[in-house]
Amino acid sequence: MVSQEMTLAGALNASLRRALEDDPKVRISGEDVGRLGGVFRVTDGLQKDFGETRVSDSPLAESGIVGTAIGLALRGYRPVVEIQFDGFVFPAFNQIVTQLAKMHARSLGKVRLPVVVRIPYGGGIGAIEHHSESPEAYFMHTAGLKVVSPATAEDGYWMLRQAIQSDDPVIFFEPKRRYWDKAPVDTSVAPAPLHKARVVRPGTDATLVTYGPTVRVGLEAAAAAAEDGTSLEVVDLRSLSPLDFGTVRASVEKTGRLVVVHEAPVFVGPGAEIAARVQEQCFYHLEAPVLRVGGFHAPYPPSRLEDDYLPGLDRVLDSVDQVLAY
Amino acid sequence: MGAKDLVDEPELVQLLSPEGRRIDHPRYSLDIGPDALRGLYRDMVLTRRFDAEAVTLQRQGELGLWASLLGQEAAQIGSGRATRPDDYVFPCYREHGVAWTRGVDPLKLLGMFRGVNHGGWDPNENNFHLYTIVIGPPLLHAAGYAMGVLADGADTAVLSYFGDGASSQGDVAEAFTFASVHNAPVVFFCQNNQWAISTPTERQTRVPIHRRAAGWGFPGVRVDGNDVLACLAVTRDALERARSGQGPMLIEALTYRMGAHATSDDPTRYREDAERREWEAKDPILRLERHLTQEGHADDAFYAEVAEEGERLARRIREGVRAMPDPDSAAMFRHVYADGHELVEEEQKRFADYQASFEEGN
Ligand SMILES: Cc1ncc(C[n+]2csc(CCOP(=O)(O)OP(=O)(O)O)c2C)c(N)n1
Ligand SMILES: [Mg+2]
Repeated sequence: MVSQEMTLAGALNASLRRALEDDPKVRISGEDVGRLGGVFRVTDGLQKDFGETRVSDSPLAESGIVGTAIGLALRGYRPVVEIQFDGFVFPAFNQIVTQLAKMHARSLGKVRLPVVVRIPYGGGIGAIEHHSESPEAYFMHTAGLKVVSPATAEDGYWMLRQAIQSDDPVIFFEPKRRYWDKAPVDTSVAPAPLHKARVVRPGTDATLVTYGPTVRVGLEAAAAAAEDGTSLEVVDLRSLSPLDFGTVRASVEKTGRLVVVHEAPVFVGPGAEIAARVQEQCFYHLEAPVLRVGGFHAPYPPSRLEDDYLPGLDRVLDSVDQVLAY
Repeated sequence: MGAKDLVDEPELVQLLSPEGRRIDHPRYSLDIGPDALRGLYRDMVLTRRFDAEAVTLQRQGELGLWASLLGQEAAQIGSGRATRPDDYVFPCYREHGVAWTRGVDPLKLLGMFRGVNHGGWDPNENNFHLYTIVIGPPLLHAAGYAMGVLADGADTAVLSYFGDGASSQGDVAEAFTFASVHNAPVVFFCQNNQWAISTPTERQTRVPIHRRAAGWGFPGVRVDGNDVLACLAVTRDALERARSGQGPMLIEALTYRMGAHATSDDPTRYREDAERREWEAKDPILRLERHLTQEGHADDAFYAEVAEEGERLARRIREGVRAMPDPDSAAMFRHVYADGHELVEEEQKRFADYQASFEEGN
């Protein structure tokens, strides 16, 4: 095992570097990804080493970034594009939903679009409007897109490599408040396939299902609950579409209780799908209603209120208490 | 190859040389007295002082972020002072000088950068719209507003700001199209400050931005954005044109972002200091100061008085920001809808109960 301490941002950078080395068809573009190395430095140094053609600063136009990535993919390239912040993906929404997602089906499988759209997402960094949102549900709702989100540096490294290798378009959500979290990364072997969920802490009393930035919150909640004698199982979904429901089901069948945690708004959020499926498939195992903890049906608030908006430790534990009360 | 090499570029409109000399222009004459000149100077100095204070407040942790307008004072004060009170202005997020000319209290601009609101002023009060962080959308709002003005038969003009980077957005092209086909009374004012974060203007366009107007069939003009008189004269002319039914116009003001893109940015990673020094020599405030002094319109006492006023403004801003209260939790649920919404009310109540459960000491 050749394990190395890396930040999530550093691991993503290493992953992109490896992809550029391995496959001459890989191309990176986005706003400020070249000279600056991206506003979060995820593409730091790549333009210097791979040139302006392969790592290029795009004009300020998200529809253009994704639309031209589709064109490059039609020409045989494997574009990896960066959307600077979650709230700026919407100018590209049309290209993603009507073109990127549907081209394979429209062409009866003759056309593949191996495009990766990287999006730093989520809150917790004290930013201004449109820099803290969690828009993943819009993309999960669109057939033809794969949607994933790593929670750790190692998953960042490997899931990005796997996403680039995928022949389907992948919307790759990076939990920006975890960019600076350090963890060991084994670059010799992938920890899991791209679309497999993982039990990151085994437990018996209740299940926490989460992904991305709130995996750490889930683990902290489990640690806190353990002090009170409650054993929580934490599942990191990793992939939101396809959803590895088997892992969720196995956990819920064991614990009988489920709390889903995400930063995205709860109303018609990812948790709604999970809760619906759990009641369909695990009805007789359930000891309590499935609860969801997440964002409210309100715009992401000004940063001084984000600690109230975000599903933090206390709100998660409050919901755990509620499911355990049944 | 820069955009400049591709076409024969006409002289940019300049009414005041960097040395402070008045220049005659065949089309854009400006009859302006000493009082008004001193007023423009005061506007620029106070705006710069306010801006510097905001940068300091960010460094001290009082603001989460600040986008400095340093270097763009002439473009903003000149164009902003060309508007009438009934005109309507659409800024992006760096138009603090324009806000000043519209009478928006600078303190109110700071709320969103402190993180207590998403836009703390009433756009209807000064006909100065909220800052819009997403780049592109407000130009279409401006075109639509101008279409409304036209439908009303009013003689209001609309002034819509955008950057060199923004010029690449599809929304901007669409705004030009709507404004053009409707002959709407809107003036698009591009502050080409040479940079969009780390991306130079050459990466956005191969022709000077003002030339794009020709493709939509309305006039475009390039103005020295560090010349407050030229910005005033050209914008006033364009707004008058719009008011008199002659349709949209595009102004490209050549200027320079002297500071970082925002306080989170480190420009040493992507640009040379020599470039900045070159632009320092064209400083908009220094230029007007030279003119005022050479013409005997201002003396040391005047400059000292303006500087003192700047210090008073900075103090008021400093104290005002520090005293700015954090919003209560309920604020995030307020105003989501005009007519209320059951789910929002339910979530608000549940969250309030949840918070109260802590106060009861459970
Ligand atoms: C749609 C969208 N994409 C990306 C961003 C992130 N962003 C903020 S400012 C900026 C550069 C803007 O450059 P320019 O239009 O020249 O205006 P300036 O900042 O120079 O005033 C970028 C890319 C954004 N705000 N909106
Ligand atoms: Mg710019």
